[in-house]
Amino acid sequence: MSKTGSPCNGAPATLNAGSDLKSIGQPLWLLAELTYKCPLQCPYCSNPLDFAAAGAELTTEQWIEVFRQGRELGAVQLGFSGGEPLVRQDLEELIRAARDLGYYTNLITSGVGLSEQKVANFREAGLDHIQVSFQASDDSVNAMVSGSEKAFQQKLKMAREVKAQGYPMVLNFVTHRHNIDQIDRIIELCIELEADFVELATCQYYGWGFENRDWLMPSIEQLTFAEARTNHWREELESRGSKMKLIFVTPDYYEERPKACMNGWGSVFLTVTPDGTALPCHSARMLPIEFAKVTDLGLKEIWYEHPSFNQFRGFDWMQEPCRSCDEKEQDFGGCRCQAYMLTGDAAAADPVCSKSSEHSQIVAARRSDSDRIETESDSFIYRNERNSKVFFRQG
Amino acid sequence: MSSDMLNKTPVLNSIYRLQWEPAQQGYVLLYPEGMVQLNGPASEILRRVDGERSVTQIVDDLQLSFPDAEGLIEDVEAFLVEAHEQNWISL
Repeated sequence: MSKTGSPCNGAPATLNAGSDLKSIGQPLWLLAELTYKCPLQCPYCSNPLDFAAAGAELTTEQWIEVFRQGRELGAVQLGFSGGEPLVRQDLEELIRAARDLGYYTNLITSGVGLSEQKVANFREAGLDHIQVSFQASDDSVNAMVSGSEKAFQQKLKMAREVKAQGYPMVLNFVTHRHNIDQIDRIIELCIELEADFVELATCQYYGWGFENRDWLMPSIEQLTFAEARTNHWREELESRGSKMKLIFVTPDYYEERPKACMNGWGSVFLTVTPDGTALPCHSARMLPIEFAKVTDLGLKEIWYEHPSFNQFRGFDWMQEPCRSCDEKEQDFGGCRCQAYMLTGDAAAADPVCSKSSEHSQIVAARRSDSDRIETESDSFIYRNERNSKVFFRQG
Repeated sequence: MSSDMLNKTPVLNSIYRLQWEPAQQGYVLLYPEGMVQLNGPASEILRRVDGERSVTQIVDDLQLSFPDAEGLIEDVEAFLVEAHEQNWISL
């Protein structure tokens, strides 16, 4: 399994794009961030810190036009994401339009705002799959992380409903220091809920996650334990004849080589933000790049010709140590956003790479049990409108 | 091929959807947040997996479409065993 995507926001965890793509590939994956509104306040949210400053949301008609143009370009997987996509009152209409266009439609939701009736209506409209994200395997940690007391019971109820109505189900557990030790209970819960795929994805440090990094980072001992338990459960599932697949995503902070982020810039992945900004990944909005809006330009022109999508395609933009590196075709120099956040230069090597001169920043952020910080929930900077306006003003 | 296999009726598991993709000029198998690009032979077999036709009928139908093809039974069995291992189909 690749480690391409963010575990929190519907990036392709398992997309096998094949190897025979033309020089500029097709945007096989279209992520529609329908809204930045969300009833939860997860401190690792991948939405931009200044989401409160974003412009008006695209209308129903504008979204359907984006879907139509995306389909023409070859997009086949469509993710409805956010924020919380259920906040959009036209979601059912958008699902129907997308399915009619031939997309495999994925709803990426917290489950908060979902109901038995909506699950049925979406099914009728042609929704193919619902991914429910969990913050933990019990009430108290889930509430601490999401900032909502009632969310956990609602999620359980909706996960059962999703299965009962015949959808395939992916459960996504974003793991971090405060819940990763519950790995056995998390997996047992997934078995009980009859998930088809389980993503055990340590949160990645973008947007709000970066602000809260020191409070989220699991220790190396925690990670080692969680991975060993996951492997144990894989064997156990196989011996039981279960088809449930466990996908364990380690944080790149514990790696010596960077992830092949997004399978390369402008390679297979296209995000459209609530206000119509087209991005090569859902974090890219933080970069000092002028991105185009789908309300100003067609998707085809943006994908193939706009400078923002061509900026880090190929290898000519690379500096050393990437430029002469014999692994550059495997990892494309890693993540542009991480390079920018940690070095101030979006064209630098991703500091996860041990060849980067800034790799010491990654090493310094790692934790072991001996230096673990005990955290109260009020240490988190929660992702909400009020805090976002603070970042907006700072920016 | 065992007669046991020939009498089975494969069906695509509900997670997956088989679809022609004009932009890729090929068939793909879609599943939650993922995609498998199928080669020609795999596409021809999977297109005939409809939960009604038995393996024998699938082989016969393929032989009609590709009269010069040899060793179809073995190829179909090998593919279906693989597809079953991948959990694409139930047998």
